[in-house]
Amino acid sequence: MLTRDEKLAMLEKMLLIRAFEEKAEKLFMRNLVHGTMHLSVGEEAIPVGAIFAIKSTDYITSTHRGHGHMIAKGGDLKKMFAEFLGKDTGYCHGRGGSMHIADFGLRNLGATGIVGAGIPIATGAALALKMQNKSDVVLAFFGDGAANEGVFFESLNMATIWKLPEIFLCENNQYAMSSPVKRFVPTPNISDRASAFGIPGISIDGMDVIAVYETVKAAAERARSGKGPTLIEAKTYRFKGHSKSDKNLYRTKEEIEEWKKKDPITTFAARLMEIGDLQQNEFENMKEKVNAIIEEAVKFAIDSPEPDPKTVEKFVYADEKEN
Amino acid sequence: MREITYKEAIREAMIEKMREDEKVFLMGEDIGVYGGAFGVSMGMLKEFGPWRILETPMSEAAFTGVGVGAAIMGMRPIVEIMFADFLTFSADQLVNQAAKLRYMTGGQVKIPLVIRAPQGSGTGAAAQHSQNVEAWFFNIPGIKIVVPSNPYNAKGLLKSAIEDDNPVLFLEHKLLYNKKGKIPEDDYRVPLGQPHIEKEGDDITIVTTSIMTYRAIEAAKKLEEEGISVEIIDLLTIKPLNTEIIEKSVKKTHRLLVVYEGCLTGGIGGEIIAKIAESNAFLYLDAPMFRLGGKDVPIPYNKNLERAAVPQIEDIIKKVRFIVKGDWYA
Repeated sequence: MLTRDEKLAMLEKMLLIRAFEEKAEKLFMRNLVHGTMHLSVGEEAIPVGAIFAIKSTDYITSTHRGHGHMIAKGGDLKKMFAEFLGKDTGYCHGRGGSMHIADFGLRNLGATGIVGAGIPIATGAALALKMQNKSDVVLAFFGDGAANEGVFFESLNMATIWKLPEIFLCENNQYAMSSPVKRFVPTPNISDRASAFGIPGISIDGMDVIAVYETVKAAAERARSGKGPTLIEAKTYRFKGHSKSDKNLYRTKEEIEEWKKKDPITTFAARLMEIGDLQQNEFENMKEKVNAIIEEAVKFAIDSPEPDPKTVEKFVYADEKEN
Repeated sequence: MREITYKEAIREAMIEKMREDEKVFLMGEDIGVYGGAFGVSMGMLKEFGPWRILETPMSEAAFTGVGVGAAIMGMRPIVEIMFADFLTFSADQLVNQAAKLRYMTGGQVKIPLVIRAPQGSGTGAAAQHSQNVEAWFFNIPGIKIVVPSNPYNAKGLLKSAIEDDNPVLFLEHKLLYNKKGKIPEDDYRVPLGQPHIEKEGDDITIVTTSIMTYRAIEAAKKLEEEGISVEIIDLLTIKPLNTEIIEKSVKKTHRLLVVYEGCLTGGIGGEIIAKIAESNAFLYLDAPMFRLGGKDVPIPYNKNLERAAVPQIEDIIKKVRFIVKGDWYA
């Protein structure tokens, strides 16, 4: 059972992701961002519920829509915003941008812009853990689009035959860019695909942070005890567009508004208030605290220097003299 | 010194590294009891067991990624791709992941991964099992490409590749697997990034890789009888490309021919010649620099057609005579 403090910490983490994403969009509007971004507003319950359910020593792989994963894993917001703005102080020294924020020290093995490509990397990390006799697990985040990539099936197969300590967590936000999941997945659930491998496949409400937490916790226990992977599909919704160029031509305002009623943050806050774990003023204080953290991180990023163009060739090979 | 085959040399390098370092393991298709499609890993299963000689399903795209993931975690995987042609399946993990992860995360990670794959024609396996793929990956920063030509350098280079902290594509040649050569009894390395002067000569420099080194050596014997002295430089590592030795050699011989098995157009020859053209070695040339590459065709099945598709000994001889004769644009 989660304690009150743990539940409040989860709520705060979700608020932090939401605030990060909203600030990221504002920075983009102010023309401070060179590239693109993929915001996870509306999907916060999944990284928070899932990462609270594993140990800090466990590993994750992330996706192009990865800000939430990194924040839930304990990412440094200053380095995240700095990377988003392409600064030398960013996680990747301005080489990666929004799509490639990673912190190997925090055991986030990277965010990839190639849909599905993180899945076999997670499987390889899980294989290494098994070979090294470690008890950590790997949590692979991917989307509904990635569930149609060949490497998803291949990796699920290998993780199963080798009984690897891996959790396959599909964030089904209903659209692969503009393509509705209903059009490209012929069965009601992506988790149905688990039956082809004889492993548990579970579809859950991805707007419910506690459901995510409990499901991932059980999957982590199964993975840690050597029984192999679980495929979890958390159904959610992307409140914002796919990326900066999205004009939402493929879905209706009504649909978006309908999903917003299930907002993972407001619904969870309401539940906590109902059971007396949270007061309105505490919730307001929490939001203020989060905003202050965000403002401080953004200030750091804006004030940070750009990388020196002379260093453009740095980090290509591991044996460069300069590194 | 003792004599072993190219195949045995590769096997010995893997066995010795696996005995020495438990982080090293081999994964790929049919590498266990079968010993791999060419028998390179024959017998290794018995010594190392099924987790270190890890047989995979036919899932090159994903198991190449599994190698990347394991390498991130500090293992030193050797991934065997049964035929280099199948690297198209592995391409995303090699090109977009292994090669770029370090750079795009600002140097946070090392990928000590070796991908071994046999390439090349001459076995009658036709278009999808015969291509020389060196040039496919020549344009990808972040990886190294190694092309051994004999048992000595195959063993020494593979050990260096396994010890390297970068992704290394190790391209073996099927026709070389049973070629014999002498290797030292003691442990040794052949360093990556250093071409080797296979044979000294005065009249022309021939730059080669892999099987073409053998053919150039045979051609050179014939040409010497005609009074043409050939210097042969075996690249061994084509990426990163080190042309210092070639520049030095060209300054001595004043002529350059690059012989490679891959398709002529967009092949390694153009890049090597461009580098020499940009260096001061260009000023020493007595003739235009030439390429002798494979024809721009898929590798055909018929024996005579297959031979015609890639440079043979007689083609090298003819090309050298032509360059030395000096009547280039007649």
